[in-house]
Amino acid sequence: MPTVSMTVNGKAVSADVEPRTLLVHYLRENLGMTGTHVGCDTSQCGACVVHIDGASVKSCTVLATQAEGAKVTTIEGLAQGDKLHPMQEAFRENHALQCGFCTPGMVMSAIDLVNRNKNPTEREIREWLEGNLCRCTGYHNIVKAIAAAAQAMR
Amino acid sequence: MAANGIGVSVRRIEDYRFLTGRGTYTDDLNRPGQVHAFILRSPHARAKIKSIKTDKARRADGVIAVFTGADIEADQLGGLPCGWMVTDRHGKPMVEPAHPVIVKDEARHVGDQVAVVIAETRSQARDAAELITIDYQALPAIVSTGEAMSKSAPLVWDQAPQNLCYDWALGDQAAADAAFAKAAKVAKLDIVNNRLIPNAMEPRAAVGDYDAAKGHYTLHTTSQNPHVIRLLMSAYVLKVPEHKVRVNAPDVGGGFGSKIYHYAEEAIVTWASKKIGRPVKWTADRSESFMSDAHGRDHVTHAELALDQNGTFLAMKVSTTANMGAYLSTFAPCIPTYLYALLLAGVYTTPTIFCEVRAVFTNTVPVDAYRGAGRPEATFVVERLVDEAAKVTGLDPAEIRRRNFIPRNAFPYQTPVVVQYDSGDYQSTLDLALKGGDYAGFETRRAESAKRGKLRGIGLATYIEACGIAPSAVVGSVGARAGLYESAVIRVHPTGSVTVLTGSHSHGQGHETTFAQLVAERLGVDIANIEIVHGDTDKIPFGMGTYGSRSLAVGGSAMVKAMDKIIAKGKKIAAHLLEAAEADIEFKDGTFSVAGTDKKKALAEISGAAYVPHHYPINELEPGLEEQAFYDPANFTFPGGCHVCEVEIDQDTGTVNVVKFTAVDDVGRVINPMIVEGQVQGGLAQGIGQALLEGCVYDQKSGQLVTGSYMDYTMPRADNLPSFTVSTHNTLCTHNPLGVKGVGEVGAIGSPAAVMNAVHNALAPLGITRIDMPATAERVWKAINGAPRRAAE
Repeated sequence: MPTVSMTVNGKAVSADVEPRTLLVHYLRENLGMTGTHVGCDTSQCGACVVHIDGASVKSCTVLATQAEGAKVTTIEGLAQGDKLHPMQEAFRENHALQCGFCTPGMVMSAIDLVNRNKNPTEREIREWLEGNLCRCTGYHNIVKAIAAAAQAMR
Repeated sequence: MAANGIGVSVRRIEDYRFLTGRGTYTDDLNRPGQVHAFILRSPHARAKIKSIKTDKARRADGVIAVFTGADIEADQLGGLPCGWMVTDRHGKPMVEPAHPVIVKDEARHVGDQVAVVIAETRSQARDAAELITIDYQALPAIVSTGEAMSKSAPLVWDQAPQNLCYDWALGDQAAADAAFAKAAKVAKLDIVNNRLIPNAMEPRAAVGDYDAAKGHYTLHTTSQNPHVIRLLMSAYVLKVPEHKVRVNAPDVGGGFGSKIYHYAEEAIVTWASKKIGRPVKWTADRSESFMSDAHGRDHVTHAELALDQNGTFLAMKVSTTANMGAYLSTFAPCIPTYLYALLLAGVYTTPTIFCEVRAVFTNTVPVDAYRGAGRPEATFVVERLVDEAAKVTGLDPAEIRRRNFIPRNAFPYQTPVVVQYDSGDYQSTLDLALKGGDYAGFETRRAESAKRGKLRGIGLATYIEACGIAPSAVVGSVGARAGLYESAVIRVHPTGSVTVLTGSHSHGQGHETTFAQLVAERLGVDIANIEIVHGDTDKIPFGMGTYGSRSLAVGGSAMVKAMDKIIAKGKKIAAHLLEAAEADIEFKDGTFSVAGTDKKKALAEISGAAYVPHHYPINELEPGLEEQAFYDPANFTFPGGCHVCEVEIDQDTGTVNVVKFTAVDDVGRVINPMIVEGQVQGGLAQGIGQALLEGCVYDQKSGQLVTGSYMDYTMPRADNLPSFTVSTHNTLCTHNPLGVKGVGEVGAIGSPAAVMNAVHNALAPLGITRIDMPATAERVWKAINGAPRRAAE
């Protein structure tokens, strides 16, 4: 079994895994970091979105070995101690989550959007979220939260 | 009002853990020594299982055991029980076939479980399952609801001729016929309520963990109602005493009904854990969810409404065929009967209603409650029919509704379909929604759209919901095999902080916040000093869980009852400590005081005295400050309201865009407005999804599930939906202590009819009279291109 090493949330990690291990399973099962979720098996739902070298990626669509040497950020790595990232704070303030299952992927995806587009319109936010499914909120408050976070992150 | 009490949009207490990746969902749990189960499922809609060869799989890497239906039978496990008995119109009980945990001789739908492989890792279990050889004899299958009763349809069950589970009816057919004979006008409608796949974002999962030293089972599972699962699994399937079974439903990632039911996998992992002596985990792939989570809706209906010259409703006749799937899921039989026909009065004074429902078996995944459960189906029939009535009478859709509303002053109102509404104000919710949606200004917008070559339509739906189901004795008399009360324990700790144990279960509803607000308001305790505990049968009192928008109306009422007991006991303790008569003690904002004096004791002082009873009326009163209550509702609650939808249709592509959606709902007293709005918005997305995007498709010939993944089943995405305008206009429930009604389902109940009325309104100028849900671009494009009249080019 190959040894796969990377940096996750600023910490060097390493584990021996089957070559077919997906990054999301490496995170959840080998590292025990269960904040990143699996909601489908066709790379549609986006519950598993993490950042690889700063870009949002569906971690169910990347082999762990492909992330060798990469800098990975997960939902667990966003808050500074008790201080939430502005995107997390905006989600809380705008009631942009209900069951919380899609939330990690939503937040990680939304941060990448705002990193690329400082002032996204409602339409741009909605189109960006095409790869993230939420069954609880109807997206209304997620869209609001991302717009609010974009302001706060400026 | 307490700072974070009733009526405040308190930001949710549970959010911090979800936002930081520290929620604990079932698949996040890992037990020492845990192994993994993979369920092998039937690839056929219907097939005899002639033989199963498992030896190769048993020898594969990491495999610990392979079990089949024969092992289940050898251990004499029971089948999955059905929780509701419907008696048909002739007094005959429904046909209730066995629902095996693992099938042995015949598979009856694609996804039926035929074997389980248990291995050290998930991949090993999955790989080994491919080494199992099953000799299937494929048989002809029936999947169509409308065709299930036809002579040529293969039988799903030999004991159910015509595939009929029951032939049920409600109301006076002769009276309805007589009213139709006298009618000036009749509106008629044939409609399909499309089959939906619930798709909570968290796939189902279960971890069974048997402790041989104590002879004790633990099941961690994705459930909306852990005690119901414990009762059904221990009493009917595993046949072990309940005190030896703990069921824990930790953070659950959405349910929408699909996580109410007792599923085979729960029993399999619990049983298998004892068999092999290690904890066993199973987590569904999304593809498995599609073919094993109970589906929703799936009705075919003919309905008629008789009217007089003025557009007054005289009588309604409804004939529905409802698909049960291959087996009866836990609450399946009651959905198209007691949660459907009882709602057919809607918000109107229709004096006579007759409804017949034929429930049929097909070779499909079982169908059960999905957000709304029966009530969206009823609303869709009534509100599409009322729009037809508007057409045949030439009245405006808003006007014909107004003419037939149950008036404000008519409550309590007895409908002809059993239920008695306690409160409502349908005129106001309609007026507010029409104003909010600028109904009056619609024609200007239609003309503007037409200039751009688009077809614009507006539709409205006024709806009634029955939730907080209902007195146990009443539901028992119509077939429920369970009570429908809720439980609560209020535990005031020595220092005055409070733990609440509730039988309700939160899987997105925000109970940890709403319930804490309730306690903050009533007991005057700071919200930071209140904790809500739910989901673990080893902690909470026996409770019925969360579904049917019941948690606040029933579970919240149980909390109020328990808090009233706390206050009553507190008054006795305060009277003793303050040397006053108990009758003179008042309780307000967390303080007990002697009326008309400045003598007082805070709740924390009272609880301190209760647990350290040095100066205490010990002869009359037990120490401690903890009370339990069970609340059995006196009636359903009846939320209602009006949804107004505006769509724009692209004639070239058939794409329907929802451009405006206004909802005004009456949900009773609101504890947390932010959470209430969120519940409505989420429901609207599911309702719009049903109307425009979602639809389960089975291949009619092979019985294969065509929509078996997110590549094929259209989930609503952010760019399919508009921002919503939602508000409430509330009348209070008259029979529960909080005046609350329920909000979990209203969004999904009113919206499909509103959307489809808008779609029909938009297409009416082309002479198009029928579009079924989902009104996909393909369907609409075909209708436009085959339309009697093309719009002016």
